[in-house]
Amino acid sequence: MGLQAYLVVGALLFSLGIVCLVTRRNAVAVLMGVELILNAANLNFVAFARFGYGALDGQMFAIFSIVMAAAEVAVALALVLNLYRTIGTIDVDEADTLRG
Amino acid sequence: METSIVTYALILILPLAAFIIQMLVGRRLPRGGDWVVLTAIFAAFVLSFGVFWRALSGGAFANGPWTWTFRDWLRTPTPQASWTLPMGILVDNVTAMMLVVVTGCSALIFLFSTGYMAGHPRYSRFFGYLALFAFSMLVLVLADNLLALYVGWELVGVSSYLLIGFLHDRALVPPDISPGSASKKAFITTRIGDVGFFLGILAVFAVTGQLGYGNVFQSIGDGAFMGRPWLLTLVGLLLFCGAIGKSAQFPLHVWLPDAMAGPTPVSALIHAATMVAAGVYMVGRLYPIFTPDALVVIAYVGAITAFFAATIAVVMTDVKRVLAYSTISQLGYMMFGLGVGAYGAGLFHLMTHAFFKALLFLASGSVIHAMEHGLGRVGRHWNPDTGEDDPQDMRNMGGLRHAMPITFATMGVATLAICGVPFTSGFLSKDMILGGAVAFGFIEHPQHFLIPLLGLAAAALTAFYMFRLMFMTFFGEFRKEREVEHGLRESPASMTVPLVVLAIFSVWIWYTFDPSAAFREVWTAEFIVKPLPATGTLADVASNEAFAHAAHTAHIPAMLLSLLAAGAGILLAWRKYRRGTISLEAWRTSDSRLYRVLANKYYVDEAYEHTAVAATLVVSRAAAWFDKVIIDGLVNAVARLQVGISWLAGRADKFGVDGAVNLLADAVRAMGNGVRQVQTGRIQNYIVFAMMGIIILFLIIR
Repeated sequence: MGLQAYLVVGALLFSLGIVCLVTRRNAVAVLMGVELILNAANLNFVAFARFGYGALDGQMFAIFSIVMAAAEVAVALALVLNLYRTIGTIDVDEADTLRG
Repeated sequence: METSIVTYALILILPLAAFIIQMLVGRRLPRGGDWVVLTAIFAAFVLSFGVFWRALSGGAFANGPWTWTFRDWLRTPTPQASWTLPMGILVDNVTAMMLVVVTGCSALIFLFSTGYMAGHPRYSRFFGYLALFAFSMLVLVLADNLLALYVGWELVGVSSYLLIGFLHDRALVPPDISPGSASKKAFITTRIGDVGFFLGILAVFAVTGQLGYGNVFQSIGDGAFMGRPWLLTLVGLLLFCGAIGKSAQFPLHVWLPDAMAGPTPVSALIHAATMVAAGVYMVGRLYPIFTPDALVVIAYVGAITAFFAATIAVVMTDVKRVLAYSTISQLGYMMFGLGVGAYGAGLFHLMTHAFFKALLFLASGSVIHAMEHGLGRVGRHWNPDTGEDDPQDMRNMGGLRHAMPITFATMGVATLAICGVPFTSGFLSKDMILGGAVAFGFIEHPQHFLIPLLGLAAAALTAFYMFRLMFMTFFGEFRKEREVEHGLRESPASMTVPLVVLAIFSVWIWYTFDPSAAFREVWTAEFIVKPLPATGTLADVASNEAFAHAAHTAHIPAMLLSLLAAGAGILLAWRKYRRGTISLEAWRTSDSRLYRVLANKYYVDEAYEHTAVAATLVVSRAAAWFDKVIIDGLVNAVARLQVGISWLAGRADKFGVDGAVNLLADAVRAMGNGVRQVQTGRIQNYIVFAMMGIIILFLIIR
């Protein structure tokens, strides 16, 4: 099983993440789409590292990225919570008070 | 006080200042500012009287006139030589007399006006106009050259226009005159004469190069008209044209009866001291210019006017109309007095006439005032359509002597004076004129016998119509209802005092102590010396003396003849209107042709209507047609062309320029509308676009 298979899975993950990000109006679901995209990238990092020149750079990037994602989710969920408190919904289309 | 420029300047400036004050602030002054004008004119009178007194008693102008000249009043540099027009003041005995007459009559008439015009809405304006009139006349009298004379002459015309038309807010005034038309008629009719006058002035200037009286006479004496005596005669006749217009001589007399449209004090002012006297004064002032031939023409015009106007006055029923025609007649007297060579007599008659005619008009004004009051008291006013209740119609009067004794007495004195009854001023002056006329027409030039005959006939007619006026107005029974008669009142003191003063000046005592007036004893005989012709020679001196001698000889017969004429006239009037031997109604309704001709004033107005006026109207209509059709047509065509061009330009602007601009704007807007569809504000949309972009990039880069 070569690099190709991993890249296909990564691309699928990425595409699903994009679709989720674009189509869902629930802010939590949008966040989940973002997670899918991040993990698609992590998968690619790890796959290229494994089938590349053997160093651990890719795995290191993936771990950083996971930590970053955790932090991001913490901030994003806080935002969503405040969004819900402020306007009573987490539908992203409703949060348009900055629209000109 | 020595005569000085200050005196004359004050005489001139006082009325002018009064006029300016009245025009600017008159309405806001107490009493409408009449006291400003009265003060000015009385002051001018006092100064004038001072001048006159020095001239009469001290012989101030015995050695020639007093002059003051501003030499460079107008300097005109021309390529050949520069010439100057001097402007100045000339005062001699004639001027001094005129000054007193003008300011004296004006002062009394102004005083009378305070009563007569009381309560009029434009009271202060009226006094302003009066002051302007007095000023104009003083300019004319004090002028030392023809140009200034002409300026004063025209100023008089303007102010008479203003005064005659003063009641312009009334469509008609009794008997049937429109004030607006009357003022225009007076202005235009006199203007016809003025054209001749101005041509005469220009001719004098063209030949002699001078305008000052003395210089002109000097130049003529030096032979400016040498070899062209006909030209000098022509110049004299042209100058006389002005007098024909201004002094209402036949055939330009038609304006004066209509000038009655002004308030009665205006009639007195115009007919006594000012406007009509201007023509006589001018002839007297320019006397040396007139050649014997010109003087004969003047004498004939005057004599015809005197007789002609007197016949009309006989049938007039409007009290002011009778007086108007009597004025024309008396002016004719003055003119033929000057024409036959009775120079002093003509100017003396100007003076006596000024006083008694002012008196007659003011007294008639007093009568009219009372009649208006009497009729108004029972709520009746003049009806312009039927002519009923006319306060000026003598047929509505009668027996007024009971109600208005002062007016009656003073007017009686004036009537005696104008008829030439002894012990009056008119007797003196009229006899001097008739004496001159008899000397001229019966003794010196028998071919001109018509002149004294017309004069005597006019004297008889004058006596007749004046006594007719007196009998119809003051004697007999009042012809209106009793309640109207009860409303008749004597006028207030402001009106009767001038009457009394003027009556006092209508008796003989002021002019000579000898009421039978042997020729030499009237002071004017020595005070006003007949000037020699400008072309004068020793022969003229001799002829003047011969004439004076002839006039002296003729004086007693002339006096008897004039007394006979006056007596006949008075007797006829007595029999007809007092005794009623000849019924008034029979005369009124008689279908006699003569009566109709007289009542229509010889159809002179109608003749002008059908000739001069009609011709003018034809020309005016032609001009109006030309103006309306040709000129207006051209202008309108140009205007239409402009409108067409503008329409085209408008179209181009609207569709060409505006279209381009709008197209650009529309395109920009459409583009913006298209692009803004993309800008949704939804991040998810942007992500889709970003992804699509990435995909497209992949497809390209691959």
